Amino acid sequence: MTNANGRFGVHGGQYIPETLMNAVIELEDAYNKYKDDPEFNAELTTLLNDYAGRPSRLYYAEKMTKDLGGAKIYLKREDMNHTGAHKINNCLGQALLAKKMGKTRLIAETGAGQHGVATATVAALMGMECVVFMGKVDCERQKLNVYRMQLLGAKVVPVTTGTGTLKDAVSQAMREWTSRIEDTHYCLGSCMGPHPFPTIVRDFQSVISKEIKQQMLEKEGRLPDAVLACVGGGSNAIGSFYHFIGDKSVKLIGCEAAGRGIDTKETAATINTGREGIFHGMKSYFCQNEYGQIAPVYSISAGLDYPGIGPEHAYLHDIGRAQYVAITDDEAVNAFEYLSRTEGIIPAIESAHAVAYAMKLAPTMSKDQIMVITLSGRGDKDCAAIARYRGQNLTDD
Amino acid sequence: MNRIKRAFEGHKAFIAFITCGDPDLATTKACVTAAVENGADLIELGIPFSDPTAEGPVIMEADNRALAGGVTTDDIFAFTKDLRKTIEVPMVYMTYANVVYSYGTEKFMQKAADAGIDGLILPDVPYEEKEDFDPMATRYGLDLISMIAPTSENRIAMIAKEAKGFVYMVSSLGVTGARSKITTDIGAMTELVRKNTSIPCAVGFGISTPEQSRKMAALSDGSIVGSAIVRIIAEHGKDAAPFVGAYVKEMADAAHQA
Repeated sequence: MTNANGRFGVHGGQYIPETLMNAVIELEDAYNKYKDDPEFNAELTTLLNDYAGRPSRLYYAEKMTKDLGGAKIYLKREDMNHTGAHKINNCLGQALLAKKMGKTRLIAETGAGQHGVATATVAALMGMECVVFMGKVDCERQKLNVYRMQLLGAKVVPVTTGTGTLKDAVSQAMREWTSRIEDTHYCLGSCMGPHPFPTIVRDFQSVISKEIKQQMLEKEGRLPDAVLACVGGGSNAIGSFYHFIGDKSVKLIGCEAAGRGIDTKETAATINTGREGIFHGMKSYFCQNEYGQIAPVYSISAGLDYPGIGPEHAYLHDIGRAQYVAITDDEAVNAFEYLSRTEGIIPAIESAHAVAYAMKLAPTMSKDQIMVITLSGRGDKDCAAIARYRGQNLTDD
Repeated sequence: MNRIKRAFEGHKAFIAFITCGDPDLATTKACVTAAVENGADLIELGIPFSDPTAEGPVIMEADNRALAGGVTTDDIFAFTKDLRKTIEVPMVYMTYANVVYSYGTEKFMQKAADAGIDGLILPDVPYEEKEDFDPMATRYGLDLISMIAPTSENRIAMIAKEAKGFVYMVSSLGVTGARSKITTDIGAMTELVRKNTSIPCAVGFGISTPEQSRKMAALSDGSIVGSAIVRIIAEHGKDAAPFVGAYVKEMADAAHQA
């Protein structure tokens, strides 16, 4: 899907300081060398299966289906992966690639902490040094994940600049990479940033849609009518969409974080409120003001609290292949509680955005239609924040 | 002859960077004027950006102060046009791709040219992406300045061949900000640049002492100082101009003597 110069339509590209150019070129060369290498792929598949626990289950959510009274609902259980989210798929791939490139140190940004935990995990597994940049605000709202990363041997650097959230963590990780390239791979966590990252991350995450397709054919003998996933940078969504892009009958729906609403400034719904721009190495859609200053976005979900979206999503939006809807904090929290009570599955607050849209969409679909919701991660990390949202304090401080 | 070329004639050049609107445009005007009166041969005017990914903490904070003060790109165009009435040395804007792209690249170039700007430095636009900006800059008579880094190696010839105005050589890995030591072989970089272009090259990133200014200018065609000046403005605020002037004198003299 990527053009030679790393473009998705007009989006993508490599808008980065000259200092990093040879690093991304080296990465692209290495990726092109290994991506079809049988040995590399065998090694990665073994890790994905034996270490991360793939393939993840495609679960028929019978109670939810009956309760909503419309489409038959399946949940793609990325929350069941080792480390509790889809992030491990990409981290295993990138770390293995970095190792082949002779890198000994991984750096990463993280929002909710899931990508940081996954990076710290594979760094521990592969004996690599690991530094994770995390916005100060996110460190506070995701304390448990900070501790997990430290437990895994990573150094967590709180980022105090800007809004102290995911975008600032990305900026700081990019700055760190420009100062130390030789032994360091930047393990970017989403399908964003400069080429070749959007392509690499998408390819490593596309195992999600590859499995959905196989599992759906086994269970139902046909393709689903809709695939839903939450979108921040968009890695679990592009992974869930990728193998269906050519299947025009499958509706692809990305669920953005509307925060307190797309008519307020406290939102992170990039497609719904942003416009075309250039930031963090890519041309795409960004929440920004009239002078191109990046907006201080907001969402209850630290993982979706990002002012941009991956360039392939921007392209899928432009050509009308995927639809991007906005889900408020309130709707996401309701969905978080709904799925917990209805199916006994506590989803990540990020994933709850996709569940929330499913709750609106499923009743409008007929009973012979099928919907897949990707549960990108599990919600243990969010319990304290959701309790707080409901006015209950779980911690002493 | 264009103004940028003239800045490098006769002696090595000293280039000063100042963030527009930090803490307000009146201070910026006083500081630019003081820098020029004390020997700056070229001025880089920073248009602040909310998330400057190539900057260290000093310039990042200057951008924050300027944006908190409410300065906009339109304010800066008007300010530059006024400044051009009294400042004769070349002036270039330094900002980020999105500031230009979001404004409308053609409209931006046209307004910058109208304000008397000579060139543009966009640290997040490498050689591969310059097509987005270079043709429009050229149409309005602006030079899109190319950067070369210690990691550029095999890319230097390609970049230098198409470079305009002057070549901005990044002294070290990492972001902007003072460094106690510069370990890159600047002489070798300069040699490679000179093999491929006749336009001048100047060294920036990490320079803060007169000794560094002299040494870097000696190894190239000039030295560029940003963070060290911005730090003085951070310290003295609205009263910074005389301090900036005194500092620039030392640094410019050192470069000129190289």
